[in-house]
Amino acid sequence: MNIALTDTTDKSSVRQATALVDCDIHPALRSAADLRPYLSLRWWDYLQTYGLRSRHGFAKGTPFPKIVPGAARRDAWPEAGPPGSDLALMRRQHLDHHGITMGILNPLSPSGGDQNSAFSAALCSATNDWLVDAWTSQEPRLKASVLVPYEDGEAAREEIRKRAGQPDFVHVLLLSRTSEPLGKRRYWPIFEAASEAGLPVATHVFGYSGFPSTNSGWPSYYIEEGAAHPAGCQASIASMIFEGVFDRYPDLRFVVIEAGFGWLPALAWRLDRAWHRMRDEVPHVKRPPSEYIRERVWISTQPMEEAPQPQAVAQTMADIGWDRLLFASDYPHWDFDDPKFGLPPSLSAEQRDHIRFLNAHTLYGL
Amino acid sequence: MAYHVVAAIEDMPPGSRRVIEVNGRAVAVFNVEGEFYALLNRCPHQGADLCNGLLTVAVTSTEPGIYDFDPSRNVIRCPWHAWEFDVRTGKSWCEPNRVKVRSFKTEVRSGKLIEGPYVAETFPVKTDGTYVLVEA
Repeated sequence: MNIALTDTTDKSSVRQATALVDCDIHPALRSAADLRPYLSLRWWDYLQTYGLRSRHGFAKGTPFPKIVPGAARRDAWPEAGPPGSDLALMRRQHLDHHGITMGILNPLSPSGGDQNSAFSAALCSATNDWLVDAWTSQEPRLKASVLVPYEDGEAAREEIRKRAGQPDFVHVLLLSRTSEPLGKRRYWPIFEAASEAGLPVATHVFGYSGFPSTNSGWPSYYIEEGAAHPAGCQASIASMIFEGVFDRYPDLRFVVIEAGFGWLPALAWRLDRAWHRMRDEVPHVKRPPSEYIRERVWISTQPMEEAPQPQAVAQTMADIGWDRLLFASDYPHWDFDDPKFGLPPSLSAEQRDHIRFLNAHTLYGL
Repeated sequence: MAYHVVAAIEDMPPGSRRVIEVNGRAVAVFNVEGEFYALLNRCPHQGADLCNGLLTVAVTSTEPGIYDFDPSRNVIRCPWHAWEFDVRTGKSWCEPNRVKVRSFKTEVRSGKLIEGPYVAETFPVKTDGTYVLVEA
């Protein structure tokens, strides 16, 4: 299925012909000291004394050792600091090299999921200040996420309101493993504030919920942890639909990042099937679930699905909708997708343009 | 096919690697414990430079929980997605019959350079080699 290109003047078509939007770039702190200028003495002291406390049972590190150091491409380490911490290298190796015209920064550490709510709010706000000072004000191609303390809806709403209208920020960022299903009322202030601010809410895989990373317990291997993300994101989308979030916040747009996309059409079919049978359990849900997904959910291409029949990937993309897929690289992480070679070769120029930039331009109002 | 000089042998000790340009293509040359191997410097998956990858050995197993390192099977692991290729043949570890990186023949010969870094007057000598060459 092809859809028409959005209307553009000749001039903007020329400009857009070379555009490329990367919806998932991970900037990293060189060290925690990068946040010091933006934290009160009280919270800086707290960070030094007690450190970060994720919602999981390990004192340090991640539950599953990553495939490579820092989960990063081996060629993405700067001379000093961790991958993603050096703007010059990011420019040279990523933005310039691939011709990226806009990249969205999604910081993962610190995340918005620290156990101490007030500290989490301070960390998020400090990180957002740092994103502007160290990145978006230095490099016009870069835009930032509003990092929010997502387990505390009210504090998250405050942070979103603080950043509303500031053009450096293009979406609100959550991690996918929340402590309750994402449609629950505790998260509604996030959706409300994001809708008011005209910002999409993006969820990026990972984070710590305190629960095992699969719904049948802790897997043995990192390879399984990665494979479990689609199921987690499916639960988030189902929760948002059946809790009535999309009806309550009609301007809410939801972006799923780094969960792949092959599962999305099947989720829509399955939810519709269930809704036809059990609609009376959730009478506040007015329309077939697939319609909320089709209209309100955008999804990133990374990590690209690699089917034995490449045409199956293109068919899945068509099922999702050519206007809903967003290119993402995940730079500098090891599961990076190359914008030129990562997409299925069979896509038409028009389909490719939608994924590479047109959909992002529409979603983010560029 | 012609031979292209990669380096003087003393400049490529075991464990080292170099990338040379041959007819517009980048070729990565590795010294694996004294043996030289050359592969196209481009991963067939998404195009990463293989020269930035980890040179390691294949890990095998007879059952869960057993990790055997096979020192006789050297692989280059792509710096991006960790696809593994046998440095001798360029064949992918996971799908050797479907995916491979082009490999090139290497030789060590003695001689002396007469012009530039890539043109050499070479003499095939089996022992006491001076230069590492790639045939491409």
